[in-house]
Amino acid sequence: MALYSEKVMDHFRNPRNVGILENADGVGEVGNPVCGDIMKIYLKIENDVITDVKFETFGCGSAIASSSMATELIKGKPISEAVKLTNKAVTEALDGLPPHKLHCSVLAEEAIKKAVKDYYDKNGIAYDKDEFPDCEDCAHCHLQ
Amino acid sequence: MIYADNAATTMLSKTALNAMLPYLEKNFGNASSLYAFGQKSKEALEESRETMAKNLGCRADEIYFTSGGSESDNQAIITAARLGEKNNKKHIISTAFEHHAVLHTLENLKKQGFEITLLDVHSNGIVSASQVRDAIRDDTCLVTVMYANNEIGTIQPISEIGNVCREKGVIFHTDAVQAAGHLKINVKEQNIDMLSLSAHKFNGPKGAGVLYVKKGIRPENLIFGGAQEHGKRAGTENVPAIVGMASAFNENCNNIESNSAKTAELRDRLIEGLEKIPYSELNGDRHNRLPGNVSFCFEGIEGESLLLLLDDKGICASSGSACTSGSLDPSHVLLAIGRPHEVAHGSLRLTIDDKFSEKDIDTIIESVTDVIERLRNMSPFWRDLVNGKRPHVFEKRR
Repeated sequence: MALYSEKVMDHFRNPRNVGILENADGVGEVGNPVCGDIMKIYLKIENDVITDVKFETFGCGSAIASSSMATELIKGKPISEAVKLTNKAVTEALDGLPPHKLHCSVLAEEAIKKAVKDYYDKNGIAYDKDEFPDCEDCAHCHLQ
Repeated sequence: MIYADNAATTMLSKTALNAMLPYLEKNFGNASSLYAFGQKSKEALEESRETMAKNLGCRADEIYFTSGGSESDNQAIITAARLGEKNNKKHIISTAFEHHAVLHTLENLKKQGFEITLLDVHSNGIVSASQVRDAIRDDTCLVTVMYANNEIGTIQPISEIGNVCREKGVIFHTDAVQAAGHLKINVKEQNIDMLSLSAHKFNGPKGAGVLYVKKGIRPENLIFGGAQEHGKRAGTENVPAIVGMASAFNENCNNIESNSAKTAELRDRLIEGLEKIPYSELNGDRHNRLPGNVSFCFEGIEGESLLLLLDDKGICASSGSACTSGSLDPSHVLLAIGRPHEVAHGSLRLTIDDKFSEKDIDTIIESVTDVIERLRNMSPFWRDLVNGKRPHVFEKRR
């Protein structure tokens, strides 16, 4: 059996929404080079709706596929929905990830939350801090 | 497909296959059986032992057949440790970048009260005999240093280390799994007391290996049972695999000079091609390395995605990145030569043989260059390096 599902390989080979957004309304970066993965999400937001999203990822196949899938899942959605995106939903949309790769989907979830938080902070919008856990701790990302 | 992972395993040679076939088909007798049919297998076994001995420069009764490199490494180290224990010598010297078959065996001995010194292998991936000399103590029972490293291919000064050990009266074992069949070995001339090798690394079959143990050292059993291998390794002998191993080893050793010269030339072409990729660096000493080993680190990318995209282009390779090792840390070998984590994640190992054409090499160079560019283009880490937000580790060169 192959390491990854067809879906994962498809999103890895042909990642959707790769790139950067100049003048993004919210940017979120998680992970670090020492751990071997960094994900960066750029959001364009109009009337509380994510009108455009791009990502850049340094990492393994599942990290790239997870970020690609996550961007697809939030594109065109209201922010309120995007912040509820779970790593489980990303994993399921990819038809599963190997157990030791689940942290990649966690990174995707957290990168999106961080980008939304950045948007809220920039625009002085109040939010519930518990919904946005701090993601500076790398060990936290590697839910093994 | 371009198979560039010969350090992982090699294709069975035609010669080995043909030598094995009779023992897989009609000559299936047990080498321990008394009747002539069984003795046919016994003869094949002993002939194979002679062949291995001849090509290693030792006596046939110093060759013990095992299941492969890991078992040989385990048995060699346990043998020296038990001997040492009897004389109250519980210190072992090795290097930081040994194969896990050695390192994990040593870790286990540490739990049993042994003291382990792991020598630094420097940025070029080579330990020196003088380091070994300085580390030897009155209670040292074993020095175990690999002949050539499995990831970065660097060749260790085995003869010099052997001399030091002989002089000091310490048992010297070398894990020659990557070297056997690719580099000339003579255990007597090189003062090697124990040596491990594995058939499938030199175009033999999987599941067979050798532990050479110098006369005078009594191997400690790992597997107890019947009287096979002078009672030192129980279990019905894997005659077809052993015959295949001897046949492949003999063929490789007979052509070792021409094969390694040809392979080294292709290797150098590959190294030169990959060095043109900006912010890349060869791992390990440029010249003192296995003829077929090319190991690189590239900034700004991660090894697993590199391997997957190369696989799409029909190239089989390997990496020391954490994602491919199944742990959080990248390869201990790359860390041992001082590569920072972020660079070690972006490693690539290509291991070739003399059957490669120049065109194959050029295809690899082109594919790797392509894939690196593609991955860097989507890497925020790479963007930060380019924008000067993070410092480069390597020079740009080119």
